[in-house]
Amino acid sequence: MKRGLTGFNIAALVVGFGFLYLPIVLLVIYSFNASRLVTVWGGFSTRWYASLFQNQQLLDAIWVTFRVGLISATIATILGTFAAVALVRAARFRGRTLFSGMVFAPLVMPEVILGLSLLLLFVSLGLPRGFWTVTVSHATVTMCYAAVVVQARLAAFDRQLEEAAQDLGCPPFKAFFLVTLPNIAPAVAAAWMLAFTLSLDDLVIASFTSGPGATTLPMRIYSQVRLGVSPEINAVSTLLIGLVATGVVAAYLFQMRRRKTAD
Amino acid sequence: MKARRDRTGLAALAPFLWLGLFFLFPFLLVAKLSLSETALAMPPYAPRLDWSQGMAGLRAFLAGLDFETYARLTSDHLYIVAYLSSLKFAAIATFILLLLGYPLAYAMSRCTPSVRQALLMAVILPFWTSFLIRVYALIGILKPEGLLNVALRAIGLGPVSLLNTDTAIYIGLVYAYLPFMVLPLYAVLERQQHDLLEAAADLGCTPLGAFWRVTFPLSLPGVAAGSLLCFIPMVGEFVIPDLLGGSSTLMLGKTIWTEFFANRDWPAASAVAIALLFTLVLPIVLYQRQQTKLMEAGR
Repeated sequence: MKRGLTGFNIAALVVGFGFLYLPIVLLVIYSFNASRLVTVWGGFSTRWYASLFQNQQLLDAIWVTFRVGLISATIATILGTFAAVALVRAARFRGRTLFSGMVFAPLVMPEVILGLSLLLLFVSLGLPRGFWTVTVSHATVTMCYAAVVVQARLAAFDRQLEEAAQDLGCPPFKAFFLVTLPNIAPAVAAAWMLAFTLSLDDLVIASFTSGPGATTLPMRIYSQVRLGVSPEINAVSTLLIGLVATGVVAAYLFQMRRRKTAD
Repeated sequence: MKARRDRTGLAALAPFLWLGLFFLFPFLLVAKLSLSETALAMPPYAPRLDWSQGMAGLRAFLAGLDFETYARLTSDHLYIVAYLSSLKFAAIATFILLLLGYPLAYAMSRCTPSVRQALLMAVILPFWTSFLIRVYALIGILKPEGLLNVALRAIGLGPVSLLNTDTAIYIGLVYAYLPFMVLPLYAVLERQQHDLLEAAADLGCTPLGAFWRVTFPLSLPGVAAGSLLCFIPMVGEFVIPDLLGGSSTLMLGKTIWTEFFANRDWPAASAVAIALLFTLVLPIVLYQRQQTKLMEAGR
């Protein structure tokens, strides 16, 4: 059967992708605008990128954000991988329903609720709010995303390989590390990247759980956006988009190449 | 065999404890605070639970709980309006997302495999890009002297003022959540067997008829997953109504934020959060069951 695209299909693709990408493309273009006025094109310039690197507050925020992201993504990936193993491999254990509920709920739960509840926890524990409270909060939410990513790959993994290793005398724990883990490694890496990006992007949870001295980049961007559109924000946004896009496209190409060599 | 299966459950231990402490327990604190006396200051709020006094302490604690905050919420029409308008915004935006996302996902599923991969990548990319930045990108377009009006003026149409209106919120919600709608839809549509459509055609069904009788009913799990995945977080959305909506826009996410940060009324913020949570429990449970079903079907 012919599987060509109808005119309607093409229209749907153009409208859909146009809508998704036009605002981002315009934002990137206008970050190179010489004029301070956002809608008047004053010629090509990289002056906003230069002024970005003079802005100490912004640089501090970037540094905090990266540290939070690195640590929280690492915690999230480890815990998320354990959670995925339990969800895929263990058919039943005490509290399984509650556990899978706790893994899935943060994926859809409004961030305001998560932020508020975590804040109340830190206040009632008497912990001073700052770098570590944001990091723990981000790890909590992003581990659920990590679990889902690893889970999908683990469910497709042929368990007989691991059982073969065990039949050959390999202890279960070691078989997991020597056979299963290398096989699900791409998913674990993707989970880490997703957790890191989510942490990098988060405004709401960070606003609730952060304290003095731990202002993250989204919080800084947000407070400037409230004052109005500024070319400097366009510049920092473009850098972030570029970073994420490079990471995602590189991971995609890497995966394609692996698949090709596997075939 | 049995012994090994039992031990696998141990993998859940660390994440279980972590989520219990940082996800489940905090909700109990929110629930407790929502039942505490309103005080415009920092905690501790009365009543306090004194474990050292055992049952007597528990009884004193329970007696001290009061529903005053909830009574205040239900008597103040601002909260009711915020509650209803959150549901309205999320429901209408979900519907628009379906109208826009379904044809897109369907067209993607009909492309050749290599094009499909590239398009899938193009849907996922905005999903990875900062939510805040994408909403910010819309401000530059929608504001009165923004790019939309520049474009409209170029073709001789009058300026429209969209920023700080409800329309801007709908545009923002649909823009930000489109990937979340397209991905589950695409996942079901792409898996669909094409011989089913051929069979329908052989039996004399028109292409449109085959779509309505075969493709669409089979894609309903994707429709449900996409709708829930968008609807639930949109009800509590904060960034979009705050940056794109007007000062008179009322949505629960924004209400919680304002009560907490501006009014410093923690019990009120908690009570609104609990009300929001109760509303979303059913959709969240539905979503989780759906995901589990999809996962088991994929195994």
